[in-house]
Amino acid sequence: MTRPFAQPFEGLRVLDFCWVVIGPMTTRYFSDFGAEVLRVESSLRPDVIRHGLPFAEGKPGTNRSGYWANYNSGKLGLGLNMGDERARHLAFRLATEWADVVTENFTPGTMERWGLGYDALREHNPGLVMFSASMLGRGGPYDSQPGFGPVLTALSGHTNFTGWPDRVPVSPYGAYTDFLIPHIAFAAVCAALDHKRRTGHGQYLDLSQLEAALYFAGPPVMDYLANGRIQTRNGNHDPEMAPHAVYRCEGNDRWCAVACPTDTEWRALALAIGRADLADDPGLATLDGRKQREGELDAAIEAWTITRSPDEVMQACQTAGVPAGAVRDCRDLFDDPQHTHRGHFVFMDHPEMGRYASDANCFQLSETTPEYRRAPLLGEHTEYAMRELLGMPEDEYRMLLDEGVFE
Amino acid sequence: MLSPYRVIDLADDRGIFCGRVLADLGAEVIKIEPPTGDPARRIGPFHHDRPGIEGSLFWQLYAANKKSAALDVESDAAREALRRLIASADFLVESFRPGYLDGLGLGYDDIHALNPALIYVSITPFGQDGPYRDFAATDLTGSALSGFAYLTGDPDRPPLRVSVPQFWTLGGAAGAAGAMTAHAHRLNTGRGQRVDVSCQQALTRTLSHAPQFWEMNEIILKRSGPFRPIGDGRNLRVNFECADGYVNYIQPGGATGGRGMTALCEWMDEHGEGHPLLTNTDFGAYGFGQLPDDVLDAMSETLEAFFRSRTKRYLSEEAIRRRVLLFPVNDPADVCSYPQLAARGFFRETEAPDGGTMTTLGPWVKSSERPLQLRRAPRLGEHTEEVLTGVGFSPDEVADLRASGAAL
Repeated sequence: MTRPFAQPFEGLRVLDFCWVVIGPMTTRYFSDFGAEVLRVESSLRPDVIRHGLPFAEGKPGTNRSGYWANYNSGKLGLGLNMGDERARHLAFRLATEWADVVTENFTPGTMERWGLGYDALREHNPGLVMFSASMLGRGGPYDSQPGFGPVLTALSGHTNFTGWPDRVPVSPYGAYTDFLIPHIAFAAVCAALDHKRRTGHGQYLDLSQLEAALYFAGPPVMDYLANGRIQTRNGNHDPEMAPHAVYRCEGNDRWCAVACPTDTEWRALALAIGRADLADDPGLATLDGRKQREGELDAAIEAWTITRSPDEVMQACQTAGVPAGAVRDCRDLFDDPQHTHRGHFVFMDHPEMGRYASDANCFQLSETTPEYRRAPLLGEHTEYAMRELLGMPEDEYRMLLDEGVFE
Repeated sequence: MLSPYRVIDLADDRGIFCGRVLADLGAEVIKIEPPTGDPARRIGPFHHDRPGIEGSLFWQLYAANKKSAALDVESDAAREALRRLIASADFLVESFRPGYLDGLGLGYDDIHALNPALIYVSITPFGQDGPYRDFAATDLTGSALSGFAYLTGDPDRPPLRVSVPQFWTLGGAAGAAGAMTAHAHRLNTGRGQRVDVSCQQALTRTLSHAPQFWEMNEIILKRSGPFRPIGDGRNLRVNFECADGYVNYIQPGGATGGRGMTALCEWMDEHGEGHPLLTNTDFGAYGFGQLPDDVLDAMSETLEAFFRSRTKRYLSEEAIRRRVLLFPVNDPADVCSYPQLAARGFFRETEAPDGGTMTTLGPWVKSSERPLQLRRAPRLGEHTEEVLTGVGFSPDEVADLRASGAAL
């Protein structure tokens, strides 16, 4: 890979206790762009997605999860048995003698119990930037409540806003908010690093996943606060646009989304589907008129889409200037022309999994090319971390390895 | 934290969140909007349901902490002022269709020549090039093309988006991440660059492990309603009806899930509404999705009946006390009364568009060193004069711009 400039975070050292998704996706930005990210894993709290589906060739194994690999590419793997006081002391030394940044997303109190709370670390590493992302933030009556990513969509309102008005709400797929927050969490850690560069002062960042997630579902909360109105889910309809729906196309479970932001797109759509009569119907010339007859219009559009493929529908609408998007399933995504053009999926070789797909970043930089490297095996770089980073003599390393301090 | 830096924010409602994030982190963010007001100001609902250029709650939320300079970028005189502002800035954020700013002499190449250290962030549905570059997009069509919709919804109905738009908000967040990556590069080299965000890619990144399921195991995951698929075609119910709404209960398996499920069984047994099969199952011994069929069936019917007759407030508070992994499906009113948010002081008072006070969302991260500030969204053109005189315009020159309609 050509590297016209050094990577942006070259020389930055991140001691990464993050697990599952929100934390690892945040710190992957650093490993993609040149930082040394040392991922600490402990059998006391094994990363649950190391054993999360899917596995390469369908065979389970600690180093075989495609889910885990996606969020940990380019990191170094350090296995410490945190139940052993010596392991906790080695983690403390890495945090105070080596790291610029320490990151974690455990239930509040976990790092403190290991002697790795911010106050303890700051005393020995005053410039440290420490980032914590707990489910509900530190302090408050529920801060130690157990939980995990997927429940946050229930708390943030995303679940209530996903579904049909006549049915039980569904949730966005998976631990949805885990994939929203890392972008801004990473920006906050970068801002803290900039502040440290200029002032010498480190800091502690306490992020509540719920609070951050609310920024992705904020307008209806503002509506309630200002007007007392309780908005709810609305299928695919939209108060400001009609037609606005996902229409069945030719094939099994194939669909295309079509939206008419203004009267202009509506007229263009009506003509594109061969319904000049609807295009010229004065009762449909305004949003209010179309809203009143939305069911009738949806049926007319679907009568046209049902004999066409999603891509045919999309192309015909786009040619007419009407926003439309084929519904992609996960197989389609690998063939999507735009994702292919942008190189969205990056393929890497892994000693146990073989070739696997990882997501690229969602932005491209004109002068910086990220360096995507495969995810580490559990404990793959333990010896490196102990010998090279902490200067541990070989006999001590062997002894601690034999005594189960490393894993 | 970012107080030395200036951001020129040309993004409309589609890229609006990027500048908000940078402003929250301390940057001076100057929103450049047309003298008629940014399109985001027209998005309802409005404060006290009174439409007007200052009342949009969407604007109030996402333009907080920014300044407003009202300039008509299609007028030559205003564009010259804007170029001077851009020369003084560290970041520029925009969300126009690809090519639009090139036509105004404000494209990346023009601006890079003017200010080589500037970071130029473009937030568009599909990025600056490629076959979809010029495709029209909305939140719904973006949810479709990113793969989000296919995985979301009931199996017997069409794929779904979230009724609160996600596509652009996520693109704006990704823009902030790209801006800070480019900033790190600038600190090393002194050089700015372009950040080209694809909202489609940002939303595809929310699909969890679903693309890997196809790539590794050739399995196409499908939408499964209020259930989660747990393999072998079986489903685990996760959203349940209760007396006044819905609750979420996911039995995750393993030790934590086992403790929670055992506590839930005790709770139901106390009310005589438990099920002997559940009471006698060692849930901690099963990983997620590994429960036997008869246990799964008994769980569905017993939990559905127990939850249906109780309120979400009772269920969720009792669940906290008993350490059961049950949570309310919050509607906006529930969010605003959620005790944890109140205890952390999340909601804040700020000045309302009508001069009174209003409650709004507080900072999304707590910093021990530089607590994030919260200033109300700017009024249209509130900072035009301050901003222009800051780059050398005299008050008379500002008055001339205003008189010509190029500024407000």
